[in-house]
Amino acid sequence: MDVDLFLRFLLNGIGNGAVYGAMAMALVLIFRTTGLLNLAQGEMALFSTYMGWGLTATGMTFFGLQVLPGDLPVGLAIAISVLISAALGALIERVLIRPVHGPDKSPLNVLIVMLGLFLGLNALAQLAFSDDAEPMPKPWPSKPSAGSPTGSNRYWQVGDLRIQSSTVALVIMLAIVCFGLYVLFQRTKVGLKLRAVASNPESARLVGINSSRMLMLGWAMAAGLGALAGCFVAADRGSVNPGLMAVVLVYAFSAAALGGFDSPLGAVVGGMVVAIAEAMTVGYVKSLSTIELVVPFALILLVLLVRPTGLFGKKVVERV
Amino acid sequence: MKRSHLRIVIGILAAAALLYAPYYFQAPMNQTLSRAIYFAVAAMGLNLLTGFNGQVSIGHGAFFGVGAFATAILMEDHSWTFEATIPIAALVAAALGVLVGIPALRVKGLYLALVTLGLAVLFPRVGQKYVTGSGGVAIVRPPRDGFDSLLTFLENDQWHYIESLLIAAVLFLGAWNLSRSRIGRAMVAVRDQEIAASTVGVHLARIKVGAFALSAAYAGIAGSLSVMVDRAADATDPIITFRNSIEFLVAVVIGGTATISGPAVGALILILLREETDGLIEGKEVLSPAIFGGALIAMVYVLPGGVVGGLRKLADRLLPLRDDPTAPVAAAALERERAAADATESPP
Repeated sequence: MDVDLFLRFLLNGIGNGAVYGAMAMALVLIFRTTGLLNLAQGEMALFSTYMGWGLTATGMTFFGLQVLPGDLPVGLAIAISVLISAALGALIERVLIRPVHGPDKSPLNVLIVMLGLFLGLNALAQLAFSDDAEPMPKPWPSKPSAGSPTGSNRYWQVGDLRIQSSTVALVIMLAIVCFGLYVLFQRTKVGLKLRAVASNPESARLVGINSSRMLMLGWAMAAGLGALAGCFVAADRGSVNPGLMAVVLVYAFSAAALGGFDSPLGAVVGGMVVAIAEAMTVGYVKSLSTIELVVPFALILLVLLVRPTGLFGKKVVERV
Repeated sequence: MKRSHLRIVIGILAAAALLYAPYYFQAPMNQTLSRAIYFAVAAMGLNLLTGFNGQVSIGHGAFFGVGAFATAILMEDHSWTFEATIPIAALVAAALGVLVGIPALRVKGLYLALVTLGLAVLFPRVGQKYVTGSGGVAIVRPPRDGFDSLLTFLENDQWHYIESLLIAAVLFLGAWNLSRSRIGRAMVAVRDQEIAASTVGVHLARIKVGAFALSAAYAGIAGSLSVMVDRAADATDPIITFRNSIEFLVAVVIGGTATISGPAVGALILILLREETDGLIEGKEVLSPAIFGGALIAMVYVLPGGVVGGLRKLADRLLPLRDDPTAPVAAAALERERAAADATESPP
């Protein structure tokens, strides 16, 4: 077996894996506290990504009023987009999701609301910012290139391998996110409350935790994380387009399913496994080129059929 | 006036309007209406699954696409008559429906939506890889003059309309009959209380997979009709399958879930809205998705029963059921039911 080729496929996978892992983590953050699989997560991230692009480019005007400034450096633009997205995420939970979601309400309604968000946010992103593919500047070291307006990646040569700066940046992004969430969940009071609400909402409320605030916080974190992942994946692919996140969402779902929908660690591991499996399949199985989406789809089916709790999820006993 | 009389009058008026429409409108409008009809068929299929059986699918665009390709390929490569391809399209879609329906036995609600979402995203890619129409792209267009059909004595647009309408009428009647039959009630029972249904002898797996297959067959027939109306089966656009999938659900929700006329009303509203709004803002084609997204959310809050459900409520208020000898009992029962529903809906 050709080791170099194998390592190259592996490197291809790791960069994507960081993105899928981050998106899967956003799904997990919402699932843990509310038991919902947020179908609109991808489009929320798409809206944020277009917002990030808008901040670096034209800004946003609304009826002649400058709502968002333009021409910001890309790092600052992403940071602002993450913050605004987090606020919007909390707003969505409070205004749209909470009234239709609950143990005694029809699950169909909350699903319809999420699909409405899915359609609406995608369209809104296009109406507010752009309905074209737009070049997303890279927030990591890059060099000017003739072919692309955003420059191409720098790389480090290790033997015969080229390690792209994008891969390194994506992995660092994921590592920082993991570390941040670990500190938040395990070392702070807010994190303790979040875990309490996730493990037993009733008891959490009885000991005086404001659980509705925790739900909003979960959505806010998920939206912010989605914004971060969206901006990074757009920068990695060179541009943001309206169909970008629907595909990423399928991968993120499959990563979250594989890891277990309530396990943040599982999301990261799942993201890496899905992405590497995809890279290997595309690399070695030529007949699957262009339909590599079969990989996450098959993984979702397999996990849901064989082990619905995923690798790291905990089993929920359903009471009748 | 009695409720039953009102229903008959409305039914006759609607049927007359539907039959007269193709001679009243011009060709472009007839095409739009034909589109609304095949959309209604697909929405009815989804309604059988989601509305009556409680299984959510956002992948029906894939069944629709499979039906469309079955028809287009049979006509283009094997020169079949259009009508003969419809059963094949239905069968192929139903077979795919069974394939998806079997794993659906293990997963529910959001998880099932997730699996079908994967199907919708995957389908156009598979189409692009394996279907090659003229020019090597994933679009098959049966030629206009080679389009064999039984109704060619009419103008093109009128023929599309009448044939779609006849087929849709048969399928809607079928759905109406089914919903009142033993199987239809079993489907509703599975939706409302799975375990209770199984204790009274409903075969869960058979009902669920059957609902999936039937629902997929409806979507497949709709796809088949779309080839007649739009003269293309298309997998070049990766978004379109997905967009269709969600729009079927939009039609069901706007019209009214678990009603027979709901999908038709919803499809008509949806198609007219789409044709009217796209292009309103220069260079942007996304106004209708924004409206549909907003409409989906608004329906849940304002009109949970959809347009048809809302009209029924209105009729209840204007024409109480007093002519019926059992009315007092029924009304009292209804009142109790509503009170119970209110009690469970209000927050604890």
